[in-house]
Amino acid sequence: MAELTGITLAEGRDLLETGEVSAKELAEAQIGAMEAKRDLNAFITETPERALDDAAASDARRAKGEGLGPLDGIPLAIKDLFCTEGVQTTAASHILEGFVPPYESTVTAKLRAAGSVMLGKTNLDEFAMGSSNETSYFGSVENPWRRRGDNRPLVPGGSSGGAASAVSGGMCLGATGTDTGGSIRQPAAFCGIVGMKPTYGRCSRWGIVAFASSLDQAGPMTRTVRDSAIMLGGMAGFDPKDSTSADMDVPDFEAALSGGVKALKIGIPAEYAVDGTNEEITALWEQGKAWLKDAGAELVDISLPHTKYALPTYYIIAPAEASSNLARYDGVRYGLREAGDDLTDMYENTRGSGFGTEVRRRILIGTYVLSAGYYDAYYLKAQKVRALIARDFTEAYEKCDVILTPTTPGPAFAKGEKSDDPIAMYLNDVLTVPASLAGLPAISVPAGLSGDGLPLGLHLIGRAFDEETLFRAAQALEDAAGFDARPGAA
Amino acid sequence: MAVDRDTVTRIARLARLQVPEGDLDTLAGELSNIIGWVEQLEEVDTDGVAPMASVANMKLRWRKDEVTDGGIPEKVTANAPEAQNGMFAVPKVVE
Repeated sequence: MAELTGITLAEGRDLLETGEVSAKELAEAQIGAMEAKRDLNAFITETPERALDDAAASDARRAKGEGLGPLDGIPLAIKDLFCTEGVQTTAASHILEGFVPPYESTVTAKLRAAGSVMLGKTNLDEFAMGSSNETSYFGSVENPWRRRGDNRPLVPGGSSGGAASAVSGGMCLGATGTDTGGSIRQPAAFCGIVGMKPTYGRCSRWGIVAFASSLDQAGPMTRTVRDSAIMLGGMAGFDPKDSTSADMDVPDFEAALSGGVKALKIGIPAEYAVDGTNEEITALWEQGKAWLKDAGAELVDISLPHTKYALPTYYIIAPAEASSNLARYDGVRYGLREAGDDLTDMYENTRGSGFGTEVRRRILIGTYVLSAGYYDAYYLKAQKVRALIARDFTEAYEKCDVILTPTTPGPAFAKGEKSDDPIAMYLNDVLTVPASLAGLPAISVPAGLSGDGLPLGLHLIGRAFDEETLFRAAQALEDAAGFDARPGAA
Repeated sequence: MAVDRDTVTRIARLARLQVPEGDLDTLAGELSNIIGWVEQLEEVDTDGVAPMASVANMKLRWRKDEVTDGGIPEKVTANAPEAQNGMFAVPKVVE
């Protein structure tokens, strides 16, 4: 029988379509890999029984010749930030431990309706706050990759670190992630997979545990660009339950892949050559430019002058929104409750012991920048700079169709290497945050290896709601890069 | 602006977040660093720039003000740390 783990989603779809493999066999293979790789800690909750039930239902549909969904029988991992009916959803926080949602998020409901099989809920940074998956209450996640000649465990990036590790480690055919400032793209780059953040509004936020509502966006994490396009098709679409959901048709993203990049204008922003970016990343960026040019695209120099202010802007806006969103965890309606002398005491004790240190830090920053006397100086100022950052992109897109940058300033780092310095950790997202603030679609494509054998990603940013052009460019990049390296630990 | 112990205590109170006494100095240092770092935004000229609250270029949709859901108190309270008769239970608020 064909190899069933570490395959692409498209390969899985073909195997199911030809009848060479059943959904049950495909699910069993992933369940086996999930169990064999538990030391990576990619999953908070494994749901093998549910996976086998979903797979059996898919096989029955296929046998009866019933209408099949675009992801019928495809085993997926779900980030533990998506509420799943009847399955514990924790956001990797002690405060939500044991929470079993009585409802299903819109994105996971769509994936179910498309016929997919749920393998389990993946680990993440607590409330998606982190860039290394070290802030999870349920333990850190390991990257399946190791530096050459060095056996120290590396972080998978974050916050969708469990999802990235699960895809990279061959435990699923695709995984959902969420991205607020880079939480899909950065771990994708660290683990050598494709991570895509759609335009803000493309995927419904309903039923996703909220972090920063003006930035949060769900997206696919997959082995290939084609898989990304297929999976996004199953996640996207208008939802009246999300007030910022875009009421637009979902295009056939997979059909867009064959478009090529001939005469496409690729913007190269001068300001992305930031201090601290390592030489290998700079060299890879040069290589990426050459690949797209060779494929027929035209390179255009552009300027995004407010780039250096994106990260500090983000670290005002995201904590401000988080401090407001996380006010709901008060020990009354769900999750943890710690006793107190009175109601306020109960709130304070519950929140004091339920949130981890990074979440606590961000709630305090958010509360500070929103507090009386500071609101104008910090929050309002950040909202104005955000407008300038978005305007930079609007002006750039008068000259180009897609923007090419590196995804991260460096490759995956060792556990503990950056956890003592919050700002050093925040700098991981310096290249991904601007597109988040502007709400633009962006994708990280694995494009090469560092000197010590770790994957590096290139990053493309598209126009709002033009994921099709973004996918076209990403496909060209993937074709040229021919990235086929596999992690040693997988 | 430097964030001191008293400020941490004050904002922790606003956030209803119990912070152990022994963590106050560390937090004051960390928050001072982060606030000092974000203050680089002061150098950006934002005169006449309208603040951006959302990238979604749309008007919020209206719907009829009518009940669309409900009648499921058991589901709503199923995850409550303490519930009685389909209601959330909290420590006594009124003496």
